[in-house]
Amino acid sequence: MTTKDYDRNVVLSTQNDFKVVGTRPVRHDGVDKVTGRAIYGADYDASGLLHGKILRSPHAHAKILSIDTSKAEALDGVQAVVTAADFPETADKTMELGEDETKLRDLRGNILAKDKVLYVGHAIAGVAASNPHVAEEALSLIEIKYEVLPSVMTTDEAMADGAPILHEDQTTEELGNDSGIVSNVAKHFQHIKGDVAEGFKQAEVIVEREYNTVTVHQGYIAPHNGTAFWSADGRLHIWCETQGSFVVRDSLADLLDIPVSMIRVTPTEIGGGFGGKIPIYVEPVAALLSKKTGTPVKIVMSRKETFEGSGPTPGSKIKIKVGATSDGKITAAHAWMAMEAGAYAGSPVGAAAQCVFAAYDLENGLIDGFDVVVNKPKTAAYRAPGSPNAAFGFEQALNELAEKLGMDPIDLRLKNVATEGTRRVDGPVFQRIGAKEVLEAMREHPHYQSEKKSGSGRGVAIGFWFNIGFDSACNIALNKDGTVNLTEGSTDIGGSRTSIAMQAAEVLGISAEDVRPSVVDTDTVGFTAVTGGSRTTFATGWAAYEAAQDVKKQCIERAASIWDVNAENLQMEDGVISSKSDSELKMTLKELGAQLSDTGGGITGRASVKPRGVGGSFCGNIVDLSIDEETGKITIERFTAIQDAGKAIHPSYVEGQMQGGSAQGIGWALNEEYFMNDEGRMTNSSLLDYRMPTALDLPMIDTVIVEVANPGHPFGVRGVGEANIVPPTPAIANAVYDSSGNRITQLPMSPVAILEAFKS
Amino acid sequence: MLPTIPYVRLRLHLNGIIDIKYDFFSVRTDNQGGSLLKWIDYQAPESVADAVKILADSNGNARPLAGGTDLIVQLRVKDPRVNAETVVDIKKIPELNQMDYDKSGGLTIGAAVPLHLIYNNPDVIKHFPAIIDSASLIGGTPIQGRATLGGNLCNGAPSGDSIPNLVAHNVVATVAGPNGTREIPVEDVCTGPRQTSIDSNELLVSLYFPNPGDGFGANYIRFIPRNEMDIAVAGAGVSVKISDGKFVDGRVCLASVAPKPILVEGSSKALIGQPVSDEAIQKAAEAARDAASPISDMRGTAEYRKHLCEVLTRRALNTAVERAGGK
Amino acid sequence: MTTKTHVQTTINGEPVDFLCEPRQSLLECLRDVIGLTGTKEGCNDGNCGACTVNIDGRIVTSCLVLGVEAQGASIETIEGIADGTNLHPIQLAFLEGAALQCGICTPGFIVATKALLEKNPDPTEHEIRFWLANNLCRCTGYDKIVRAVQEAAKKMQEA
Repeated sequence: MTTKDYDRNVVLSTQNDFKVVGTRPVRHDGVDKVTGRAIYGADYDASGLLHGKILRSPHAHAKILSIDTSKAEALDGVQAVVTAADFPETADKTMELGEDETKLRDLRGNILAKDKVLYVGHAIAGVAASNPHVAEEALSLIEIKYEVLPSVMTTDEAMADGAPILHEDQTTEELGNDSGIVSNVAKHFQHIKGDVAEGFKQAEVIVEREYNTVTVHQGYIAPHNGTAFWSADGRLHIWCETQGSFVVRDSLADLLDIPVSMIRVTPTEIGGGFGGKIPIYVEPVAALLSKKTGTPVKIVMSRKETFEGSGPTPGSKIKIKVGATSDGKITAAHAWMAMEAGAYAGSPVGAAAQCVFAAYDLENGLIDGFDVVVNKPKTAAYRAPGSPNAAFGFEQALNELAEKLGMDPIDLRLKNVATEGTRRVDGPVFQRIGAKEVLEAMREHPHYQSEKKSGSGRGVAIGFWFNIGFDSACNIALNKDGTVNLTEGSTDIGGSRTSIAMQAAEVLGISAEDVRPSVVDTDTVGFTAVTGGSRTTFATGWAAYEAAQDVKKQCIERAASIWDVNAENLQMEDGVISSKSDSELKMTLKELGAQLSDTGGGITGRASVKPRGVGGSFCGNIVDLSIDEETGKITIERFTAIQDAGKAIHPSYVEGQMQGGSAQGIGWALNEEYFMNDEGRMTNSSLLDYRMPTALDLPMIDTVIVEVANPGHPFGVRGVGEANIVPPTPAIANAVYDSSGNRITQLPMSPVAILEAFKS
Repeated sequence: MLPTIPYVRLRLHLNGIIDIKYDFFSVRTDNQGGSLLKWIDYQAPESVADAVKILADSNGNARPLAGGTDLIVQLRVKDPRVNAETVVDIKKIPELNQMDYDKSGGLTIGAAVPLHLIYNNPDVIKHFPAIIDSASLIGGTPIQGRATLGGNLCNGAPSGDSIPNLVAHNVVATVAGPNGTREIPVEDVCTGPRQTSIDSNELLVSLYFPNPGDGFGANYIRFIPRNEMDIAVAGAGVSVKISDGKFVDGRVCLASVAPKPILVEGSSKALIGQPVSDEAIQKAAEAARDAASPISDMRGTAEYRKHLCEVLTRRALNTAVERAGGK
Repeated sequence: MTTKTHVQTTINGEPVDFLCEPRQSLLECLRDVIGLTGTKEGCNDGNCGACTVNIDGRIVTSCLVLGVEAQGASIETIEGIADGTNLHPIQLAFLEGAALQCGICTPGFIVATKALLEKNPDPTEHEIRFWLANNLCRCTGYDKIVRAVQEAAKKMQEA
């Protein structure tokens, strides 16, 4: 296919010899979701269900002097009240939470504050009552005395000399060693490759600039929720919307000091996550309330609580210095990045460091990262966490460099592009990657080749996410009609049941519809890590591939036993087992299924995998926009996203990831922000004033799926969930510059900010 | 060095320069407010007299409920200015549901008529098309299934999109109380943020749009960062009346740039008697800018809002002139 | 203080009576009292559209309607869109066009789209985007939703 033939959505396919992989079947859970039958967390009901509500801090930073819950407990209809005092005291430890690590003490403190509140919205107490109105009324009867402390809201404020300290026992980890210095800086790390000072000496052109971004939220439409039932037999059952049911189980076991075997987590359908539904918030409170009442307790956050009491992605300060020779070869680059962790250590600055220079083959590079606590909600993962912040800086600096060099910005990137064998500044050496192919597809795309509309600006940028592997498990049982049931533990946020089932179908030679996938609870499938890190189709898909291979092997063995021939002489293709030498010997899976019980019993394949061949994904954007010079308002006129999927198992849902990530990136670029007042309170904690894009704010988002197969996956899958949110903010900033000659270094590029930039 | 636009600067406005004396629009900033309704009583009278009696008997603790798209939210977040123990559903009262285009060329719209019935009404489309400018942009489609012009007015938000539009149309409000009915020019209804000249024992019955006569054109536009579903950072409702190439009347009313919607006298002065020209329109726009006294908040800085008043007034006047057949 | 009101409605064509407190929204009544949980809550202040239902031929956000106000009303929810086991063309278009990812906003979009196409059988892309601007979707970027609405319109006109 030549680029001239591009339709709006294109797959530049490298492997076409599949029967199921690469097709677009209707998703298995689709009918339930278009008829309102699918059960999400807030829909869960149980006999005797109580409703919980959580009291939250009105202060950004304060000591809790006393908590008096007696009046709340006395209110008619109130069944129980819990505070941090209801948690068992256990020794601190480091916990792995999907993509993040956190200390048990911090997790516990975030779920219910004990001695101090560290942000407006910090949970303090939970109430269970017969209905949610009564529970909410009871909250107003809880009396808390505070000693209000001065707060810090940005990395600048938190890192300043004499800044108010959030954690008196937190000392800075300075380049791997405990500095012993009490500070809001939890950690300062460096990655060094080559000799940056020498590299800058060789540079003939240097760009150096500072960029700032503010807190934004994932904006999933379903607020956090969870129902807990602590049964008289000591077992705790949780139903909740989570990206990782096993993370919920394991976190609860640590928090409540009970064995994992006593906890069963049933993941419901999940109303969006984007990383934000990896951590737990309400589940432990519901569990403590259920333990006190002996009945199931459901807690559903309000939208305001979701903004103020869950985990957004951080504001950050990024300083970039990059130099090149006059022919466009980058000689050195330095990224200095400080990111707000929120109230407890653990910002995504580490991930940002893995991404900031990843698309480029740098001889000399230096990355400084600072993880800084501030009086805001503890940040959580948000789609390629940290990478968009970093790219907003570096991908703008590259365009500025290209302009100074008189080069096309894509040509500059291609001249320095990372390929197989490139060692990243943070250490790893790339296997086969698709950065070059993505940039080439951008350069050749009819959008890039087209004339801009008069008055429009055009911008480009690319972004990276490394993707993760981690544990996945899968079981596949053959039915007597030749179909299979597939059980897996990856909660399905965007069609992953189907992309996983399709990989099993491909192996078994049956249709996607003949695989019936189910996402099951933690008692029913082996340990499976979070739906995150773009790992689900990659790793759980691999588990399905392996489990299907197991089924295939057993089917062949069973047929061999039925026919009394050597299994090595048999093959299975298109769902038919046949002999390589005797054309008379043939049996469909359906025929085999019907005989299972009489020939030795059922066939179940199983697999637990922890794949290491993770392949990172690159995404590029081309954006055209216009600016109303009188109001500063940006209109996105045309938007193209081009991403390396490795292999697109279900192209429609790959496109969906690209379009969704683009839309979130556009929102981040234009209008989304936590607007904090001088008391540290978010003043726009509603979906009216936290301005996520509506249907009317976006154009169609054209996609090109580039397929550079990942050698580390049987079908070449890379994982496409995240890299697509990285390039929109710098691509839009580059387009604003192209349109107006103004370099915007601050997010969001809201109308008022644009107009002020134009004026000064 | 190219400039950066510091977020800090916006915060500085809030921290130091601007003293927020009144809370412009936000009913959503009270952290202790909650998200569910506390106990309320519900009454649904079927006559104006019954409704007025309920309101009068409630000693200020009752609120009329039309579309509820503001009231229910305010009661949920426990807005201290909207503390109702009883909500009085006024949608069953015939007078409040009327849409009557009369022989004189005037139009009466009942206080409880939802927006979608207004902008789909043939008389509105034919005779008062400019009211659709605001009726079709308050909230989104499902909000317009419930929200009313009466509610938008009585809510008294400085940002109420329909109010400048009503003022530009010289609308008169009919209000019923214990002592009978009275009429109030719409520009005299709002007195401050969420404060109106309609007493707690009174009920807005209807809005009367007088026949504007020939040569009339009006327009309402607002500025929002998104393209829909937003609160006006600033809004301008204007009308002109043109005869023999001259402005014989001109009204400019601004939203979101003062504690209440403001009718700008200076803009009228700049227009009336002048030939229809870019110069006159520009002067009226500058008068609007000068009349605005906005605050800085999350929706925009004071300086930006004043600037928008000029831009929006100019653009709206140009459209109004065009609609009046003047261009 | 615990007085409940008897409300008589028609929901998805069937008479439904329920008891509710005046402080309960229609959304709460549908979900918690009647058990129709297909209508979703995303914000509870009218800004996300996940709770969109059709009352007497007009879509509204059910979080901003009191349950007691529904007396005598005819209400259509997502559960009433399909004709038994036959999906509505809009539902089919959303399924086949991959116009949903997490699916939480989907009921609201489908109820709103049905009202649009009943009023305007052949809407432009702008008219679709304008009508649906009160329905937030955070997963899809709206591209496939708008296309699904276009496809459904085409199919319904052909039918």
